[in-house]
Amino acid sequence: MNYFPDEVLEHVFDFVTSHRDRNSLSQVCKSWYRIESSSRQKVFIGNCYAISPERVIERFPGLKSITLKGKPHFADFNLVPNDWGGFVYPWIEAFARNRVGLEELQLKRMVVSDESLELLSRCFPNFKSLVLVSCEGFTTDGLAAIAANCRFLRELDLQENEVEDHRGHWLGCFPDSCTSLTSLNFACLKGDINLGVLERLVARSPNLRSLRLNRAVPLDTLQKILMQSPQLLDLGVGSYVNDPDSEIYSKLVTAIQKCESVRSLSGFLDVAPHCLPAFHSICPNLTSLNLSYAPGIHGSELTKLIHHCRKLQRLWILDCIGDKGLEVVASTCKDLQELRVFPSDPYVGNAAVTEEGLVAISSGCPKLNSILYFCQQMTNAALITVAKNCPNFTRFRLCILDPTKPDAVTMQPLDEGFGAIVHSCRGLRRLSLSGLLTDQVFLYIGMYAEQLEMLSIAFAGDSDKGMQYVLNGCKKLRKLEIMDCPFGNGALLMDVGKYETMRSLWMSSCEVTLGGCKTLAKLMPRLNVEIMNENELADFSADHTPKVNKMYLYRTLVGRRKDAPEYVCTL
Amino acid sequence: MSPALLGVEEEGQSNVSLAASSTSIDCISRNGCGLKERNYLGLSDCSSVDSSAVPSLSEENKNNLNLKATELRLGLPGSQSPEREADVSLLSTGKLDEKPLFPMLPLKDGICSSLQKHVISGNKRGFSDTMDGFSEVKGSLYSEKNWLFHSAGTESDSPQSVGQGTFPGSSGMNAMQLSRPSGAQSHMMKEVPQKVLQDRCHGANGTNLNQAGTSNNSSNAPAAKAQVVGWPPIKSFRKNTLASSSKNNDEVDGKPSSGALFVKVSMDGAPYLRKVDLRTYSTYQELSCALEKMFSCFTIGQCGSHGVPGKEKLSESKLRDLLNGSEYVLTYEDKDRDWMLVGDVPWEMFIDTCKRLKIMKSSDAIGLAPRVMEKFKIKA
Repeated sequence: MNYFPDEVLEHVFDFVTSHRDRNSLSQVCKSWYRIESSSRQKVFIGNCYAISPERVIERFPGLKSITLKGKPHFADFNLVPNDWGGFVYPWIEAFARNRVGLEELQLKRMVVSDESLELLSRCFPNFKSLVLVSCEGFTTDGLAAIAANCRFLRELDLQENEVEDHRGHWLGCFPDSCTSLTSLNFACLKGDINLGVLERLVARSPNLRSLRLNRAVPLDTLQKILMQSPQLLDLGVGSYVNDPDSEIYSKLVTAIQKCESVRSLSGFLDVAPHCLPAFHSICPNLTSLNLSYAPGIHGSELTKLIHHCRKLQRLWILDCIGDKGLEVVASTCKDLQELRVFPSDPYVGNAAVTEEGLVAISSGCPKLNSILYFCQQMTNAALITVAKNCPNFTRFRLCILDPTKPDAVTMQPLDEGFGAIVHSCRGLRRLSLSGLLTDQVFLYIGMYAEQLEMLSIAFAGDSDKGMQYVLNGCKKLRKLEIMDCPFGNGALLMDVGKYETMRSLWMSSCEVTLGGCKTLAKLMPRLNVEIMNENELADFSADHTPKVNKMYLYRTLVGRRKDAPEYVCTL
Repeated sequence: MSPALLGVEEEGQSNVSLAASSTSIDCISRNGCGLKERNYLGLSDCSSVDSSAVPSLSEENKNNLNLKATELRLGLPGSQSPEREADVSLLSTGKLDEKPLFPMLPLKDGICSSLQKHVISGNKRGFSDTMDGFSEVKGSLYSEKNWLFHSAGTESDSPQSVGQGTFPGSSGMNAMQLSRPSGAQSHMMKEVPQKVLQDRCHGANGTNLNQAGTSNNSSNAPAAKAQVVGWPPIKSFRKNTLASSSKNNDEVDGKPSSGALFVKVSMDGAPYLRKVDLRTYSTYQELSCALEKMFSCFTIGQCGSHGVPGKEKLSESKLRDLLNGSEYVLTYEDKDRDWMLVGDVPWEMFIDTCKRLKIMKSSDAIGLAPRVMEKFKIKA
């Protein structure tokens, strides 16, 4: 291969797009490393503290697009206190300083300030795409800066962010000359929107493919927008309340009928269900439907809607659909690949969703490969059946709302059921467990889950052995997150080298002590072992050091971070 | 649906042995968390939200019966959860070789009282049996009892019937069957196990029943009190959005099909209130079942706090009080701010006028309950 000119290799490498594959390329030899690194444009950083922006820029001078992830996953569930970290500003500032030609920025679970957005909007003339997922720290003023200054902006996609809304003037900051928008998603904004401005913006964006509105956008505006943009592929409906006998509604029906390209539908944040039939005409084209923020749609209106969606591949729904509704899904959506059933009431859940719904889906939808299922109860028998019906799961996340609930029928732990899942689904990459579980389930996971990359555990296991089985067995494990399990120092320190092969480990409310963490930190200098102790009165354990409330450790090339708050101690 | 029934049966039988044979460090409440709510009088539940164990006649399940017999009821006079009838007839079809002490009378003919008597004296199992059931129950966080509702005026509750209609395997019940419209019972409910919100299990202090009993009060409550941080694993953004969704819907003036209609529900003696969405129910029965589920912890707590330390000490009278279906009465505040007994008006009208709900002890509802009791006597 040495006699190929670099340009040829580079050209070949252009066809390799996934960052994992490119990482593999770069490990073949020094020249491949060099060529790959200088030509890589799209970089993925799974943990923003594993590396510094300067080193990223140094290695990838051709950087144009970057994905950064900040806080640990359990931060989604309020387990990580505020100001823990994950600030994007240093990255943007470093990119600006080094004149990186940044065009795309995708952030997940990071803290984004208005200053960062302002800097972003001013320093990168070719900036095209901003995607923020589960971020926080900014207001609509930051969005106004993006709108005003990014002349070639194509994509502004805000997913489930906590945004402080200073009212809707930010939309008006898009200059009249801005006609390049292809994707605009502001569904997570809580405030009002200037509707006229929105309509005009849509009218001058002929390439708009994806539009997701927030609750402030009423049905009549939706109708006007759809008349302007029948070419939409992805639509998020804001507020959907009207009288089905009104003229506006019939105009809407007409407008929707023209939208033959819509493949993805979401929203319905406020909804009058009897107006839903307007969408029946496009349902047969839908491949993705997200009604997980629409508690107003249930019962027969919901099943009627689903009846029309024969091509659905992805469905996100609330548990008010019930087992009966899931049976409708199973018989209608034969192409279904991904299903997520969320609880409409996080604490009570809905008794209508049980293991029967899951079994029905598994037998009706053989292509299913990804599931997130919140339910009241589960049985081993059901899980075994599901495992048999769907051996193609890559992501299997089951959350029984009662944290240690056993098999609803036999009262046994759910070890056998999950064991069947990992045994049957050879390609399983992500698994979340719940229910009553002993060390046995971890034995199964260690034995069978060879491709497992991410494992989430809560209230499970009996002893250190559980965690040890997993660390020993799952060779491809990258992320392990554990809460409220009886795993202690014995498990933590069993194989310290393992953690350098993983991105991160989270343990909270386990049996790990300060002494154990200190030992680990000393043995493994290239790990950051962060301890978060918010309360001083920790339990003391056998080694006379206090038990650690929360521990988050991750491999890093740049040592301890400098922006940690007081309550975080890096050992 | 039969697999679910069978499942229920097995589970019911295994419950006792599970409690007895558990060797793990799990506290009783953890074991018990597998216990399902029991219909002590064996009547199947009616609501679309929850259900109770529905025994099939073919299986003799003493434990089920034991537990069912001690099930608590919210006593709105005049109405009977149909399951009671069925289970009573179960009791009486020879499984226990007992004859009912009172003939099954149609609804509102004093059936409450006759039923209770039947349960207590007709079932000759000893108190230890009852107490076993109780201790398990206390350890478990069973969440369902049937609340008796005053059910005048709704089409789903005929004035006559109490009979069970929804037991697939219950052919043998005919002897005791009363006619009954199948409306309210037409949905054969799956069993819904109660929720157990655990305190940290490994932090729990062993198998002390007392503790389990008292901890039930707090940990059974699905709302604010006993939540574990980080559980359930739902994004806070999602939680907040859905919460504000329902708030918005509260303010929307009720068109029947638009949004939810949340009203506060308070219960005498409970430390906090709940909210229910009246639109998710279509009959009084459904509402009563759901409320039972929500507030069961408080009732059990009362029982537990008295009875658990020395289970033998639970007096017969206390048990009778608890079994007496009319211990609690459901009332509501209407638009004129008057407190009314739930069940008088048609459901739709009730939804339109109800502003809040209150579960009163019948001793407190002096102005309301005696009237109803009198109705009993009149019709008897």
